Amino acid sequence: MANIKLSANKLDELREVCKSFNNEKGELINVLHKAQGIFGYLPAEVQEVIAKELNVSVAHVYGVVTFYSFFTMLPKGEHPVSICLGTACYVRGAEKVIEEFKRILNINVGETTPDGKFSLACLRCVGACGLAPVVLVGEKVFGRVAPDGVKDIIAEYAK
Amino acid sequence: MHILVCGGTGCHASESESLLSHLKAIVADKGLDKEIQVIATGCFGFCEKGPIVKIMPDNTFYTQVTPADAREIIEEHIIKGRKVNRLLYQDPENKEHIADSKHMGFYKKQIRIALRNCGFIDPENIDEYISRDGYEALAKCLTEMTPQQVIEEMKKSGLRGRGGGGFSTGLKWEITSKSVSDVKYVVCNADEGDPGAFMDRSILEGDPHSVIEAMAICGYCIGASIGLVYIRAEYPLAIDRLKTAIAQAREYGLLGNGILGTDFAFDIELRYGAGAFVCGEETALIHSMEGLRGEPTVKPPFPSVSGYFEKPTNVNNVETFANVPVIINKGAAWFASIGTEKSKGTKVFALAGKINNVGLIEVPMGTTLREVIYEIGGGIKDGKKFKAVQTGGPSGGCLTEKHLDSPIDYDNLIAAGSMMGSGGMIVMDEDDCMVSIAKFYLDFTVEESCGKCAPCRIGNKRLYEILDKLTKGNGTREDIDRLRNLSQVIKDTALCGLGQTSPNPVLSTIENFWDEYIEHVTDKKCRSGQCKALLQYVIEAENCVGCTACARNCPVNAISGERKGVHVIDQTTCIKCGACLEKCKFNAVFIK
Repeated sequence: MANIKLSANKLDELREVCKSFNNEKGELINVLHKAQGIFGYLPAEVQEVIAKELNVSVAHVYGVVTFYSFFTMLPKGEHPVSICLGTACYVRGAEKVIEEFKRILNINVGETTPDGKFSLACLRCVGACGLAPVVLVGEKVFGRVAPDGVKDIIAEYAK
Repeated sequence: MHILVCGGTGCHASESESLLSHLKAIVADKGLDKEIQVIATGCFGFCEKGPIVKIMPDNTFYTQVTPADAREIIEEHIIKGRKVNRLLYQDPENKEHIADSKHMGFYKKQIRIALRNCGFIDPENIDEYISRDGYEALAKCLTEMTPQQVIEEMKKSGLRGRGGGGFSTGLKWEITSKSVSDVKYVVCNADEGDPGAFMDRSILEGDPHSVIEAMAICGYCIGASIGLVYIRAEYPLAIDRLKTAIAQAREYGLLGNGILGTDFAFDIELRYGAGAFVCGEETALIHSMEGLRGEPTVKPPFPSVSGYFEKPTNVNNVETFANVPVIINKGAAWFASIGTEKSKGTKVFALAGKINNVGLIEVPMGTTLREVIYEIGGGIKDGKKFKAVQTGGPSGGCLTEKHLDSPIDYDNLIAAGSMMGSGGMIVMDEDDCMVSIAKFYLDFTVEESCGKCAPCRIGNKRLYEILDKLTKGNGTREDIDRLRNLSQVIKDTALCGLGQTSPNPVLSTIENFWDEYIEHVTDKKCRSGQCKALLQYVIEAENCVGCTACARNCPVNAISGERKGVHVIDQTTCIKCGACLEKCKFNAVFIK
């Protein structure tokens, strides 16, 4: 199912991670967190390695990966943009902010721009409701984002 | 003297870290670092006006402080003793600057038990927690009380689960303590998934030791030596602080073997969530901790009998735990004296939405919604009219004007068609369409449904589709009946708490905003103007001077008319983008 070739040293690193959790199948979610930290996403090949190391089926790993929204099987952009769609942000106009990002970047939610710079995602509540609507670029939080402020945020990272 | 700087997520996002380093550098530069301590604390709760700086002991409360203000605060306030007026909180009504935070409307009605240390101590320093009676309750339990006595005390206090269930905490502990097993677990549910709720995050960021202490007390009562905190991976700051706190507690011998010289052993590990709302349900949470998909299972058996790896497991939420040390220290009778007959103590709410003072508040049970929204929350933003308040997140309902004076407690909220939930409180004004709000919550539930049982997986999807039809102007009167019937079926048949409560936003909005639903289906109108498909842009012939600005800016050429003649919008071509309304200088375009 996979034709992405992973470099040998990264594969070793992944096996080390599994080992650090004693190759215990109950630690699958912790392993996946670390693996996503190494690769940025969880392609099929990574899942196959993990399944083998923890002695579970690939289907089991795939089932867990697709269950949780934090795990992704697609690479994110260099600057992942996440727009909060918690209720507080929603009532303060987050939908219009999403529309503006979609319009300017010309991609849909869940996609990455062709140059790999930006990807667009929605998330539910980062807990900074005082700053609603909230946008995250990487780990940086932008608060009280208005639709006409979107182009400035993009410009900041487009360089 | 202490300078306290808020280090919560909200303020963090507004450069509070750079402010902190500026303050520290200036204090050091002036050679004051022996007398003045600059401390990053947890959330003060007043997130609306962050970043917050508080000067103790005189309680001066500065709002929206930027790194550039650091020098003035040190030179004027700290050195010369003159408060910096322009940074003080300004009363929105009489425009007076309030120097002492005790006099702010936001804090007047609050009683802080679970949040007692948030904003007072440095959460990364165990000594500060200890200086405020920290770990005294644990010592008291271990040396002066038997597990059964502690459980009795908890039962007497009347503390109920703050995660939404409202089950008696003491009783839960008692049941787990009676389950016979060689291994038992204490689990702290920190998977705060309600959109718009951030109580647990703030407690973990501002006062992690209170949760650690309470988990150890619980372990002592039920006979467990391992505690697990299931925390959202989306809360990196809370995870960091918790890790630091656990390491410090181990160093001080408050976790590990032989705690405080007794033979009691207890330690805490972290387990990370990965973004699934259903994992707030305790059986789903336990499966997630076991490395599985977070799907719930039928109860019984309850986790207190068979939980994590089939061992007896006591699951409590963060806020519930944060109350425990205070109850032990001050006594059950004191705690039970606060609140209403069946709901004791206080509740933390995350106040958000169209309200002036967004933030984290803690009020005694029995406080009315009006007090919360108008006195603490400072009323509705931009002077608009209050329409509804949503409590309980996706499991709760929308309450209206007529509920404003009913006291908030577990039972009253359920009677009113909503629920306490974990404590999110989202205020809505006249610009919010209640059909769209119901649709918003269903969108959430559909996405978060684990898919295990059919009523939740399929039923909620159908509910969403019907609501979507309504907001697009294609709904009929029968659709509203269908919504009601289907909602009832889902409530009766879904497997877990998520599905059983997911129709609540639909039912409560139908109940409380019947007129609005009817308008959507019969008049094809949305009074708030949020349902775009139901809007009509029209040109008032009287005001139109024929300047052609609208026609030139219409992206789909839907507007026709001669220069200096009245223009007309062709409704079949119009995409309702609003460009004409924006461009018209003569107020001729309006929304019908």
